[in-house]
Amino acid sequence: MKLENLTFKGGVHVPHSKELTEKKSLIYANEPSVVYIPLHQHTGAPCEALVNVGDRVKIGQKIAESSAFVSAPIHSSVAGIVKSITNITTPTGMNSACIVIESDGTKEVHESVKPKESLDKLSSKEIISIIKEAGITGMGGAGFPTHVKLSPPPEKKIDTIILNGAECEPFLTADHRLMLEMPEKVVFGLRAIMKALNVEKGFIGVENNKMDAVHALKSVIREDDKIEIVTLKAKYPQGDEKRIINAITGRKVPSGGLPMDVGCVVNNVSTAKAIAEAILEGKPLYERVVTVTGNGIKEPKNIVVKIGTKFQEVIDQCGGFNGTPGKIIMGGPMMGLAQFSTDVPVIKGSGGILVLTEEEALAEKVSPCIKCGKCLEVCPVTLQPLHISAHALKKNFEGAERFNALDCVECGACSFICPAKRPLVESIRFAKREILAKRKKS
Amino acid sequence: MEGKILNPTKTDSAISDLLIVSSSPHLRSNESVKRIMLDVIIALIPAMIGSVYFFGLNALKLILISIASALFFEAVIQKMLKKEISINDYSAVITGILLAFNLPANAPWWIAVFGSGFAIIIVKQLFGGLGSNFMNPALAARAVLLTSWPNIMSNFVLPGADAITGATPLAIMKYGAADAGASATVAQAAAELPSILNMFIGNRGGAIGETSALLLLIGGLYLLIRKVIDWKIPVIYIATTAVFLLLLGVETDQLVYHILGGGLILGAFYMATDYSSGAITPIGQIIFAFGAGALTALIRVKGGFPEGVSYSILLMNVAAPLIDKFTAPRVFGRSK
Ligand code: SF4
Ligand code: SF4
Repeated sequence: MKLENLTFKGGVHVPHSKELTEKKSLIYANEPSVVYIPLHQHTGAPCEALVNVGDRVKIGQKIAESSAFVSAPIHSSVAGIVKSITNITTPTGMNSACIVIESDGTKEVHESVKPKESLDKLSSKEIISIIKEAGITGMGGAGFPTHVKLSPPPEKKIDTIILNGAECEPFLTADHRLMLEMPEKVVFGLRAIMKALNVEKGFIGVENNKMDAVHALKSVIREDDKIEIVTLKAKYPQGDEKRIINAITGRKVPSGGLPMDVGCVVNNVSTAKAIAEAILEGKPLYERVVTVTGNGIKEPKNIVVKIGTKFQEVIDQCGGFNGTPGKIIMGGPMMGLAQFSTDVPVIKGSGGILVLTEEEALAEKVSPCIKCGKCLEVCPVTLQPLHISAHALKKNFEGAERFNALDCVECGACSFICPAKRPLVESIRFAKREILAKRKKS
Repeated sequence: MEGKILNPTKTDSAISDLLIVSSSPHLRSNESVKRIMLDVIIALIPAMIGSVYFFGLNALKLILISIASALFFEAVIQKMLKKEISINDYSAVITGILLAFNLPANAPWWIAVFGSGFAIIIVKQLFGGLGSNFMNPALAARAVLLTSWPNIMSNFVLPGADAITGATPLAIMKYGAADAGASATVAQAAAELPSILNMFIGNRGGAIGETSALLLLIGGLYLLIRKVIDWKIPVIYIATTAVFLLLLGVETDQLVYHILGGGLILGAFYMATDYSSGAITPIGQIIFAFGAGALTALIRVKGGFPEGVSYSILLMNVAAPLIDKFTAPRVFGRSK
């Protein structure tokens, strides 16, 4: 099998706009004076605080957890005093309880943070429990607790692990820099996942616009290794789980199914790096790389930020705004979430803070659909976005469902390409919510 | 703008007021409806210039009248229907040009006005405007003109200053040059036919914009390069027509005339590819082109008209929604 320039059917070529930060090495943000750590940062059950107001906590100390399986504990990112536990709005728009910690500047690390056994000595169970204890959640966007992904039911035989290093969202370069600067950790993380699931075959998929990262990764895998670096065509949404599986293995995850249904588990490269640190250094997930970028930022950067740092503080460390900001997005421009303010904290899933200028943020005028079929051509799921959207806009959700609205992965490729600037995925998302709500009721 | 200057020392709510919060994607391609329409107009320019060269100023006059009245009717009907006036999307200009392209060069001015009016008011706007018309407006108007004023619409001039009327090559093949009723033998017809070179460059009888295969193909190539159209529809359409003509017994040496004449190239590149009246699914588009090709051949050989491109496309326009329905693409990861 030739593992170069693989891809899937459909998709769009989006201007990368990665030049703003792709050459910028990772740097560490200043120690924040106060952090706001939400207790609900991922898909799954929210955590409950393990600390009280007035307690002193150290870096890496577990401060919240949940007894639910689909949940991941939360750790302090600073050493200091718990000032309050209060409700705030998170960048995902949720209202969540949040532990506010004032740093004392000592940077004292908690005793629990120490290297684990070497990988060959760890059992599969131990690896998964280290991952769970470290509070690792998917760092590519969805934020699903990683230990859950690594615990498939026994009847699902997993034979392939894929690390997603596609980073197909324009502007974002956090994964790119990680692969380039810490390839050993990424590969170590993959080996740990392979061991945890007892799998012999591992791939790292990287888009071909990051060849330096490909070379870096290739230089750390051994000749006889079970790991292969695959280059993928730079095309959006190459990093979508089902698309990357299809590109690398040719398998198709069934509609409504999960990667494990075709024997695959996919994790982000940043998640793998976090796993490596959890094993090698005993470090829980309390900081992450954030790409702070866009024409609305003075000095775009790839910056390692402690969870709980306010967006504004991060933006200030990147020279502040360049003119009046038009839109602030957590994540990339294709799937990221527009923010109401910069008064929100960085969470485990914050891969990017993108600031668009006023001009870039202005909505374009919507005109009638000319039935050009471009949306249909680019949809990676081969849906007919124009029809689903037309039904959704008429509030005919049954019609939308008949056109398989629920299969939409919300990649936004259709809206991107539409010459009439129709709100395709925007309306499909709305229809999906209505359809699911109705299903729940009945 | 006044009051929109951000003072970084202000409270965060000041920023909040300025931010646009909308759902992703936050990035749009630079494709636009206007640009697509402009590309089609650009593609039609060579044939437009050619038509003036071959048929003289009357051709130009008809094209301009047709465009102007298309724009006029679009604006008036939108005003009457209390819709936003959208003549600046250029789509009416295209309808105007295509309608004129389907007229004989010596047609009276009011034919162009009537045709544009019918195309824009009845076929386009009363069915919902841009993107909602289920038939190609220019072709539907041509069909109506042809039934209402058959004499005017089939009275073609030959190129040249003196503007004498004469039959089109396909009519010559079907009926002979002199007598538009009797069947011609191959030998008789051959003597009357223009040379293949003249067929190709457009120096022969026919409607204003359909005679120059060369100039239409140049525009078609431009549309392919700009990705406004896909090669499949025109290529399958023309190939199917050729194959069916052969199957129906047309001589191979007449085939060239069939392909270069009778508006086939104009129809295949500029009308069968019309987005809103055609099929939209990938397989549907192939069926659409195939059907139009088969029908064109059938009408030319067995039907009462020498040409047949317009009726074939119109028939397929009517069938398009059904074709789309039965050719819905299979959703990724679904067995059906
Ligand atoms: S891309 Fe836009 S204009 Fe084209 S068919 Fe889809 S919705 Fe209609
Ligand atoms: S319909 Fe959904 S899956 Fe298809 S392109 Fe649009 S957003 Fe992506």
